[in-house]
Amino acid sequence: MTGNRVISVRNLVKKFGSFTANDNLNFDVYEGEIFGFLGANGAGKTTALRILSGLSAPTSGEVMVAGYDATKESEMIKRNIGYMCQKFSLYEDLTVRENIMLYGGIYGMSRQLIREQEQKLLNRLNFNEFRNRVISDLPLGLRQKLAFSVALLHQPKIIFLDEPTGGVDPITRRQFWEMIYETASAGITIFVTTHYMDEAEYCDRVCIMNEGRIVALDTPENLKKQYNALNVEEVFIKIARPLKETV
Amino acid sequence: MKIIDSWRIGKKYGEVQALDDLTFSVNESEIFGFIGPDGAGKTTLFRIITTLLLPDEGKMRVLGVDVVRGFKELRRKTGYMPGRFSLYNDLTVQENLEFYATVFGTTVKENYDLIADIYSHIEPFRKRLAGKLSGGMKQKLALSCALIHKPSLLVLDEPTTGIDAVSRSEFWDLLGKLRKHRITVVVSTPYMDEAMRCDRVALIQNGKILSVDEPDKIRQGFSRKLFTIRSADKYSLITAVRKYPGTLTAYPFGETVHITFSGDLYDDSLFRYLEGMGIKDAVISEAEAGIEDRFLELMEKGATA
Amino acid sequence: MKRFLAFVKKEFLHIFRDIRTLIIIFGIPVAQILIFGFVVRTDIKNAGVAIMDLSQDDVSRKLTDKIISSGFFLNTGYLSNYTEIETEFRKGNTRAVLIFGKDFGRNLTREGKAVMSIIADGSDPNAATLITNYTMAIVRDFNIDIAGPALSGSGVIVPEVKMFYNPNLQSHFTFVPGVITLILILICALMTSVTISREKEFGTMEVLLVSPLRPVQIILGKVTPYFLLSFINVILILLLSWIVFDLPVKGSLVLLLAETMLYILMSLSLGILISTISDTMQQAIFISFLGLMLPTIILSGFIFPIENMHQVYNLVSMIVPPRYFIVIIKNIMIKGTGLMFVWKETLILLLMTIFFISVSIRKFRLRLE
Repeated sequence: MTGNRVISVRNLVKKFGSFTANDNLNFDVYEGEIFGFLGANGAGKTTALRILSGLSAPTSGEVMVAGYDATKESEMIKRNIGYMCQKFSLYEDLTVRENIMLYGGIYGMSRQLIREQEQKLLNRLNFNEFRNRVISDLPLGLRQKLAFSVALLHQPKIIFLDEPTGGVDPITRRQFWEMIYETASAGITIFVTTHYMDEAEYCDRVCIMNEGRIVALDTPENLKKQYNALNVEEVFIKIARPLKETV
Repeated sequence: MKIIDSWRIGKKYGEVQALDDLTFSVNESEIFGFIGPDGAGKTTLFRIITTLLLPDEGKMRVLGVDVVRGFKELRRKTGYMPGRFSLYNDLTVQENLEFYATVFGTTVKENYDLIADIYSHIEPFRKRLAGKLSGGMKQKLALSCALIHKPSLLVLDEPTTGIDAVSRSEFWDLLGKLRKHRITVVVSTPYMDEAMRCDRVALIQNGKILSVDEPDKIRQGFSRKLFTIRSADKYSLITAVRKYPGTLTAYPFGETVHITFSGDLYDDSLFRYLEGMGIKDAVISEAEAGIEDRFLELMEKGATA
Repeated sequence: MKRFLAFVKKEFLHIFRDIRTLIIIFGIPVAQILIFGFVVRTDIKNAGVAIMDLSQDDVSRKLTDKIISSGFFLNTGYLSNYTEIETEFRKGNTRAVLIFGKDFGRNLTREGKAVMSIIADGSDPNAATLITNYTMAIVRDFNIDIAGPALSGSGVIVPEVKMFYNPNLQSHFTFVPGVITLILILICALMTSVTISREKEFGTMEVLLVSPLRPVQIILGKVTPYFLLSFINVILILLLSWIVFDLPVKGSLVLLLAETMLYILMSLSLGILISTISDTMQQAIFISFLGLMLPTIILSGFIFPIENMHQVYNLVSMIVPPRYFIVIIKNIMIKGTGLMFVWKETLILLLMTIFFISVSIRKFRLRLE
């Protein structure tokens, strides 16, 4: 991978009391990359994600996100990232339009700009007829595409996705990944956290965490070759199972 | 005798047709999977099987008993694990298991051999509160609780959702071992890859069954020749390939794009076309269709029909 | 039976694992009783008293001196006009005003009998009671001094007590019945409704329904622990109020406990009813607060006397069960009356209980819809 680094993590350590949630993490993520962040619950994924999104400060180490220091400039980081999680992204009792207005307002966008972006978004999704529909009336697949587009409304440099396609039907999932590809090809970095290994297959590179450490970081193809596995799930099991049994 | 015999089951919530004309049967000692996305109707169907909901249309017999009239009898013979693990988080592992054992009129000791494989994984933590267990351990405890009264039929609603890959794989190994106890398992999952761990599966979407068969046969039901094509620039590849006149379908599938051609053939014009679009590194090869390919095909047919 | 006992055991485990709830159940009533125990003083010292002596005769001055010099009171001033009374109370230092009317001296000499008034600040009912009682005792003494013991029965000087603010003199003692009424409905109704809706929210209800447990067993299993806890709570409150307030149960203790059980049963069935209409704990809490706590506090006569209510509220309060229980418990505890005086209220509570139980058992669904 070449290009500009948008996330750079050096010797990141995060401790809660005597418990080390993140133990000396080092990695880079590049502009326009789809980066998969995998691990079981409790592997330290959520902790790292919080630090990267400016919600908590590292105990030690250097974390730069979108050109800002996560320790000192967390407010600037928040302005330059977007976040979407599958379950709770849009207010279900508000209309499509109200959600867009709200989101734009939160990010301090001018009314004019919100309106422009709204129109672009609705056109791109072919969503004009749904403009005044309440979110809970929309099928799951549409909601998800909308949530993703709304998270991009303020034109962030990086967007964090938490299990973006878990539980959706195969066609919608593919449409969604195509949207992600399109977004990435426009230079926006996609940071996917998931424990759904199928989603990892779609990423440019994946990073597997276990017990607070990074245990693998490469393209899905290289990982499969290295571990002689058919898919990322097998890679994950081969890496994580022996570790688990020593516990 | 069929363990489940469902005939034209339908269920509506207001205007929404949650289940539409479901006819299928489940054989003894098999692992029968319902594979489909969220909102396909899996939970509604499972609640009808476990007598928690009444169907609006159709008839269903479970273990030879009508689900509407025989609900009291059935409730003794079925084990049920709802989507959210039904555990008491403020009780310990052991207290949960003992509670469910007593409620179902048995003791942990009596049926210990049945759950030994599963429970042995969590027994070291038997004094721990269930709320403090990891997802994988919770799932094993919930399964032990659902099995403790030696049900003839075990109904598991999305037991592997939100569980890490290692625990998921272990869980399916454990389900496989239940065959020797002659327990029939009906399980639902949104993960297509888990279909291969079932004896038979039903693909379900929008309240309708798309196909019921052994997973290999469903796979083989894919009606065309499937190819995979790859390139470093996936987004350009997929947009380009879609525009190629010979292409029937093209879907991103992990690192590659799954593609079918009219006449099941492609020729050099494809590469020339792609090169014209600026993609010079495309590699194509024939591939075996998976469950998900077939699911996509069936969904498309449903959409056009 | 074994199933049922296992269920009850599980419920007790839930309760004892949740220390916070346990503190609420037992801590709040104890705290309330203790707080009132300390706030309520049982003796007075230097209570502010203002004098309005319009008669200005020998006897009135002597009586005033005797009262002021008793050590219980402190003279806070002299008033000359009835209109000054309220202003005097508003200042806050004066707890009572002693009034000798213009004709006090004349009546005493001509008719051998005169009326003096004691107007006390009823906003602190306990202090008001003590002040008036002390004053009357002094007046009685004074009567004996001037007329001899033989005449003291009818009295020469007749004290007349009036309350400023709070004319019904709601005593703090009535707070104990109020606390019992409120706590019972809180624990029984709120806790049962929350515990059932919690099972729905966590999905455990699905498995309970699928199990061979019968609905009656589930309901009784939920109710039994709270019934026992509430009963223990009542006994605790009664003991505490006896120790701290010196407030014994004047009427029959057996009758009081029997009525309490009826009321507990009514509250529990209300709780189950609430749980059948709420799917989440949040809903159950919300309904309990709006539907039970507020009416109990506002409409039951616990704080605001029913007699003083607007007619509309009075009518609404008719369907608030605590209203009847408060009457029952006040009668038995404070007035010492028997079933003869509260049978009507008891009957109403009994009918309400039967109604709620039958509705909640019917509404308790065997299925999920």
